[in-house]
Amino acid sequence: MATAMAQPVERENYLNKHYGVGSWLLTTDHKRIALLYLMSITFFFFIGGFFALLIRLELLTPTGDLVQADTYNKLFTMHGQVMVFFFLIPSIPAVLGNFLVPMMIGAKDLAFPRINLLSWYIYAIAGLLMLHCMITGGVDTGWTFYTPFSTAFSNTKVIEAGLAIFISGFSSILTGLNFIVTIHRMRAPGMTWSRLPLFIWAHYATSIIQILGTPVIAITLVLVVAERALHLGIFDPKLGGDPLLFQHLFWFYSHPAVYIMILPSMGVISEVISCFSRKRIFGYHFVALSSLAIAIFGFLVWAHHMFVAGISLYAALIFSILSYAVAVPSAVKVFNWTATLYKGSIHYDAPMLYAFGFLGLFTIGGLTGLFLAALGVDMHVHDTYFVIAHFHYIMVGGALMGYLGGMHFWWPKISGKLYPEGWARLAALIVFIGFNLTFFPQFILGYIGMPRRYYQYPPEFQVLNVLSTAGATVLGVGYLMPMIYFLWSMRYGKPAPDNPWNAAGLEWKTQSPPTTFNFEEEPVVTWEAYNYDEIDQAQKEVPQVVG
Amino acid sequence: MAGNVDALYIFLLIVSGLMTALIFVTIVYFAARYRYRKGVPAEQIEGSTPLELTWTFIPLGVFMVIFAWSAVVYFKSRTPPRDSTEVYVVAKQWMWKLEHAEGQREINELHVPVGRDVKLIMTSQDVIHSFFVPAFRMKQDVLPGRYTVAWFRATKPGTYHLFCTQYCGTQHSGMIGSVIVMEPAQYEAWMSGGTGGPLSVAGEKIFAELGCATCHRTDTQGRGPNLQGVFGKPVLLEDGRTVTADENYVRESILEPGAKVVNGFKPVMPTFQGLVSEEQLNALVAYVKSLSTSGQSGVTANPAAIVPSQAPANPPSKGNQVH
Repeated sequence: MATAMAQPVERENYLNKHYGVGSWLLTTDHKRIALLYLMSITFFFFIGGFFALLIRLELLTPTGDLVQADTYNKLFTMHGQVMVFFFLIPSIPAVLGNFLVPMMIGAKDLAFPRINLLSWYIYAIAGLLMLHCMITGGVDTGWTFYTPFSTAFSNTKVIEAGLAIFISGFSSILTGLNFIVTIHRMRAPGMTWSRLPLFIWAHYATSIIQILGTPVIAITLVLVVAERALHLGIFDPKLGGDPLLFQHLFWFYSHPAVYIMILPSMGVISEVISCFSRKRIFGYHFVALSSLAIAIFGFLVWAHHMFVAGISLYAALIFSILSYAVAVPSAVKVFNWTATLYKGSIHYDAPMLYAFGFLGLFTIGGLTGLFLAALGVDMHVHDTYFVIAHFHYIMVGGALMGYLGGMHFWWPKISGKLYPEGWARLAALIVFIGFNLTFFPQFILGYIGMPRRYYQYPPEFQVLNVLSTAGATVLGVGYLMPMIYFLWSMRYGKPAPDNPWNAAGLEWKTQSPPTTFNFEEEPVVTWEAYNYDEIDQAQKEVPQVVG
Repeated sequence: MAGNVDALYIFLLIVSGLMTALIFVTIVYFAARYRYRKGVPAEQIEGSTPLELTWTFIPLGVFMVIFAWSAVVYFKSRTPPRDSTEVYVVAKQWMWKLEHAEGQREINELHVPVGRDVKLIMTSQDVIHSFFVPAFRMKQDVLPGRYTVAWFRATKPGTYHLFCTQYCGTQHSGMIGSVIVMEPAQYEAWMSGGTGGPLSVAGEKIFAELGCATCHRTDTQGRGPNLQGVFGKPVLLEDGRTVTADENYVRESILEPGAKVVNGFKPVMPTFQGLVSEEQLNALVAYVKSLSTSGQSGVTANPAAIVPSQAPANPPSKGNQVH
């Protein structure tokens, strides 16, 4: 309270310029839309997290004793659908991307501000439909909707869930479209392609996937609905269809979708590592182009989800070798981030701790991907807990660590307040430990043979499951903490200076929080990205404002 | 195969362990060595193309070794040796039905002798399932409307888990069973436990009951091709394509006779879709197969329809081993 009263009169900014519900629901300011997204995806994150908690509690014992089998099947289905389509896919692009893309390139807003608002409304409608679906019975097909189970056998709300995801796809497409046009057309004078922050490159690559991939999942879901509702024979062999056709179509989107989640996170990590090492990123062009390489190769590996599904031997060989090809640009990024640390001046603030966490978890996630791309090993570990562990290391260890790191890094800019650094470092540590405790045992569970999506399991798997559940509770605490202290800081946090990290990047050259149109006058860029030598030179010594 | 898969797995553990160690040690070392010190600025380094090329191509080379090795393991496990003992698997929500070629039927249990190659010819009555025996490091999805094939050779007697690993509805986690590996003598004793006779004999009966023999005659005068010796051989189709007469081709020819008509014949056969159960189909397939193994092979109704070449011989395999 005292701090709040001691503040000087607040400058006008995007948060206090207008008040009232209407000023939020009808806003076309990319920063306000980013906050609308932030609230919505946080809501879905906690719903998805709640499902995860129930799943882990059920798996504490080998027998099914907490919920019914059908309920369990709905829980893991909706955990996946909510987390993938309503949290991870929009997470970094729709929140941090929306907030930062225009500012980083020196623009007043995105190219199509009203389409940006529309994309949130579409997301909200899809989200409400998904909520309605979950409250009125839910769906039990697995997030993958495999046919013919989903089209002919499931007695749950497949059509409603499918429609919700179908609708949410349009929001994703519109965001991608907006970013691509903005990055092409709205860069400030002097902001050349090779001066773009790597966050922008990552979002550019992501947007390409969103635009090209999302229509395929939309079409696929329409076909599922058509077969289920109208009995058109597409996937069900009883109607003359082919169930493998569904898997090809589904993974044609859903594999690149992993890169929709991880690429923006990689963009965040580039910004954070560069800032907290006080260095230009090592091999800027290789890091930038590897994002595009991942986006392109990512479209050519989908059938590595189908090595035991009944595809031909030769198809499997080709998809295996291509999967190794897509692993290379990811490895290149990790090497470049590591090399950036060399001869740096490294600070251990919370965003950097999340970046270190990202490097650790993404490396393990990436390397276990090599096991799954190996045909001979995949035969054994496919559809076991090994796969669950692997993709959580990528999608939670990778994507979510990046999201949290980014939220801490840019929170002073977004809210105009400083978060409590000590708590934030502690939370980063708890998340890292909790995550490994939850998911590392699952690699072992998978190799000794525990299948995924099992409600009950043979007793020899129990010890590892108990470990995993214990880790999940730690992880849950780690996720609740930032939620609490971010909210706390909005009221009680110290006011943030315009550039608390002495970071490069145009977003730090405007006030915190920014004004509605970001910059007083259009910036002219005369420097390269990550010019930390010049910044620190000008500063003479580096005052570490926080912590 | 367990040994092969484990060897590759251990190699992968070593490679990825080394890579993880390399990255982690470097990060920790840099993070400690180059931590912020007052008055010591960071040294700006642009990057290095030789380094970039090094860490692009060395991993790529390592990946290609993994790929090649894993492809060999996969290839073996996807190619059942000839003369395997055959077991027909019908999966349904939520049980495994298993039929030995000799006629024994089991549910959720599969008895096999130690040291013999066992080929599984699998199909599903409803949704997709997956046949997974962790101890054999072997897994194959089981699809409705077609056969998928897998094989293993158990090397140690014992009882092993059989899991369904493709989510199939309410009792997915209850769709489990066991593979019981027995010493040959015990197995013989178990086999003699009385059945309705070999599957192919049951198939012959169904063949007669459905009137198949009216057209598929054993001479050259039938309206359909003579089926003696056809199985496992390449077949020339009307449209000039050649297919191998495997389990899936026989199955398709019964359910969808017009799809791949043998050269020289008219598409006059009616479909048996809905008239035969999965078990009856398996018996019919076993019967057609028996026509090629009982010494009557080589005689065909329309010699032109058969491409005169041997089916490719599968090399004897080292076999799936229980670790």
